Amino acid sequence: MMSFVSYLVNGISLGSIYALIALGYTMVYGIAKMLNFAHGDIIMVGGFTVFTAMSTAWCPVWLSVVIGIVVCTVLGVVIEKVAYKPLRNAPPLAVLITAIGVSYLLQNLALLIFGSAARNFTSVAAGAPPFLTVFDDGRAPQFFTAVPADAAKPILTISMETFLSITVSVVIMIALTLFINKTKAGKAMLAVSEDKGAAQLMGINVNGTISLTFAIGSALAAVASVLMCSSYPQISPYTGSMPGIKAFVAAVFGGIGSIPGAMIGGILLGVIEQLSKAYISSQLSDAIVFLVLIIVLVVRPTGILGKKINEKV
Amino acid sequence: MRKVTKNNLITFGITLGFFLLFGILSATGVLGSQLSGLLIPIGIYIILAISLNLTVGILGELSLGHAGFMCVGAYVGGIFSIITQDTIQPSWLRMIIALIIGGVAAAIFGVLIGIPVLRLRGDYLAIVTLGFGEIIKALANNIYVAMDKNGLHFGFAASISDLDAATKTNITQGPLGMKAPQDTNLLLVVIVLMVCLVILMNFIDSRTGRACMAIRDNYIAAQSVGINVTKYRLIAFVVSAAIAGVAGVLYSHSITSLVSKKFDYNLSILILVFVVLGGLGSLRGSVIATIILYALPEIFRELGDYRMLIYAVVLILMMIFNNAPSFIMLRERIGASAPVQKIKGVFTRNRNKAGGAA
Amino acid sequence: MEEKNTAPMLEVKNLSIQFGGLRAVDGLNMTIHKGQLYGLIGPNGAGKTTVFNMLTGVYKPTSGSIILDGKNITGKPAISINRDGIARTFQNIRLFKNMSVLDNVKAGLHNHTNYTAIEGVLRLPRYFMEEKRVTAKAMELLKVFELEGEAEQLAANLPYGKQRKLEIARALATDPKLLLLDEPAAGMNPNETAELMQTIHFVRDSFDMTILLIEHDMKLVSGICEELTVLNFGQELAQGETSAVLNDPKVITAYLGE
Repeated sequence: MMSFVSYLVNGISLGSIYALIALGYTMVYGIAKMLNFAHGDIIMVGGFTVFTAMSTAWCPVWLSVVIGIVVCTVLGVVIEKVAYKPLRNAPPLAVLITAIGVSYLLQNLALLIFGSAARNFTSVAAGAPPFLTVFDDGRAPQFFTAVPADAAKPILTISMETFLSITVSVVIMIALTLFINKTKAGKAMLAVSEDKGAAQLMGINVNGTISLTFAIGSALAAVASVLMCSSYPQISPYTGSMPGIKAFVAAVFGGIGSIPGAMIGGILLGVIEQLSKAYISSQLSDAIVFLVLIIVLVVRPTGILGKKINEKV
Repeated sequence: MRKVTKNNLITFGITLGFFLLFGILSATGVLGSQLSGLLIPIGIYIILAISLNLTVGILGELSLGHAGFMCVGAYVGGIFSIITQDTIQPSWLRMIIALIIGGVAAAIFGVLIGIPVLRLRGDYLAIVTLGFGEIIKALANNIYVAMDKNGLHFGFAASISDLDAATKTNITQGPLGMKAPQDTNLLLVVIVLMVCLVILMNFIDSRTGRACMAIRDNYIAAQSVGINVTKYRLIAFVVSAAIAGVAGVLYSHSITSLVSKKFDYNLSILILVFVVLGGLGSLRGSVIATIILYALPEIFRELGDYRMLIYAVVLILMMIFNNAPSFIMLRERIGASAPVQKIKGVFTRNRNKAGGAA
Repeated sequence: MEEKNTAPMLEVKNLSIQFGGLRAVDGLNMTIHKGQLYGLIGPNGAGKTTVFNMLTGVYKPTSGSIILDGKNITGKPAISINRDGIARTFQNIRLFKNMSVLDNVKAGLHNHTNYTAIEGVLRLPRYFMEEKRVTAKAMELLKVFELEGEAEQLAANLPYGKQRKLEIARALATDPKLLLLDEPAAGMNPNETAELMQTIHFVRDSFDMTILLIEHDMKLVSGICEELTVLNFGQELAQGETSAVLNDPKVITAYLGE
């Protein structure tokens, strides 16, 4: 039972990281109608930036994280301006190939600078006690306490990283939802994703809104990279690609373009992945994730919360 | 002569001419062994690119799982060849049977995957094909096949333990993969390539190909003239899968050790890049783009780690040069044509275009 | 007008369709006789294209029946309705834009091209025989619409008026019994419209065709339609001979307002 709880909590934690990345995918898709294949590699850039900052002696953890977020945000906006903006009216496939090009570019830059071997990433919560430990010898569950040396092996441990991932993601998701529904800039984003032309006629700065979307998406990716590299403490030039693809799957799963869809999709995906790793097969967990996606899409061709689009004849 | 026939003959000539020229250069030793070694993979990648062009360029559906069908062909063909290594001789006969079996197996997967996938459209279809590709890769990664005096043994996700030690032969061992006999040679690759090219040309320039292109351009109109949209989408998808399977068989018999990791979505995307840069719907474009894009990184080997970086930059610049409004105007002013031909509007979204209601 | 006494080509009985709470078409009755040129008119949003979409199987009617030449085709899919003999054009032209003009018509001849995919790939004799026959037939159709000179051009590169003509040629290629034209004169200048009227007459006479058309251009409607049905808010407002219907005060009110 306790092991199930542990897998579930880990799944939610991994899922909330996926959700953060999926938000970037879904927002960009909603607004620019493009699959931003390079989004996964932004995660990798964020991870390496934080890694480099933290390995310098003078830079505290919080500052490293801030630097990571700033670098990714700027990178996201620059990529949009340089590579995607000239192609705004080009066929989607041309934009997709450009995004693939950007992805190759980021990966190969990282390869040149850091080499292909994986580096060990020091968790941002290194040294912190676990969030929760539960023992079966009658002792009360302990919060934020290091396990005493004399204690028996706890039956459930929820690490600080897991706790952080869930908390940070939940806070960000609430903030993002408020931002989009309550602020002028957020409503402009909704308007642009609904109809670019009409939004422009209403006096909305479409270019600025698209830049803002890329900025937010990339900042979220930076946060996700810190959480992910802390929970799974390794980083290489390819770190971003599989989580990127999976977050993309999560976005599609929830209905691409839908913000609550990306959150639900991300968390579901993380839970399915962790549970199938635990109970079915760790080698097949990715296959199971994709299989669930396919079943969902065959039953609901536009994802869980996606809107149905009928072509007018 | 019809324009289409003439065009097809030119494409056929260019492809055959390339392999004749470089085959001779390679045989006479003019071409170094490094570059000679590229000819077989180039041939295989051309087969993959022209077959993917059928799905993406002719049928108009973005598929990101082409490597999956190649994987099916590679594994099925490879397993067949290892099993029959001692029983079917000569090796060329065995290889021909392997090619057919691999192609048929990939076609069967094409049907199984096509039925659910082709209910979807656009980006959803793309992500589901990517998912299927990854599933096939994961399955191949967990398959264990071995043979001893008691016959064949299959295992899934666990190695096989109850083998007769004296007579056992491991065929494929999960993540360790397999070693198929080296039955692929340049002549075979070129023959298979030319056959696939002719099949695709004839397919496209026929009633069936016209039906597929009609569906691509406007599926509602296609239905209105009595074209069975589901049927022709499935036919094109399956033919594309079968040919990718054949390429997979050639591939597994051309390398010393086959592992499933190779067939991930990055491979599918690489093939897609060849197809898009060559021009959607243009077989000749796919051939030329594959040759150039596959050989370039190898030719610029001395650039070392920078070559993939340059490749990425070239990819981005090419797309911008081809599609950005400012460059299109510039090109029109100087009268140059786009470096890459493409079918306009195939992938533009018609959804938001106002339709008529009355 | 002796055709009127022949058997009906299309009988629509009590045809209705509901989208959510909206009855887009409500209890439509309409009989079109063989060889007739019949008009379906009405203000914007009256449900005319929705009727076409039901007749051609794009939408399934909620109730009612559609009988084509004695055969019930209600609710059948678009492909089999085309095979049963209804072909159409679209209000917002739907050509196969990246195919040649000739191939557009040949795609229309799809179900009249008799060889299999395998015969095509292997280039067996039947492929060459059938392709030759079908190409000749397609060229014949293009000649009717004076498009034979543009046969090798991409359909997307044709001027607007010719695109409309090509769409009619493609529809005729499926060898229909009943041809539905959805606003064939939309976007045409008076000269082009006059020419189109001649073409429609020519098609009716030389192909022995029954034609139902939706049109806003009253000159075209009064010039070629023998009978009319007027739709307003999904319901039949008037029906009968063209001149009588167009002078009906109800119809005039619906078009011009009170």
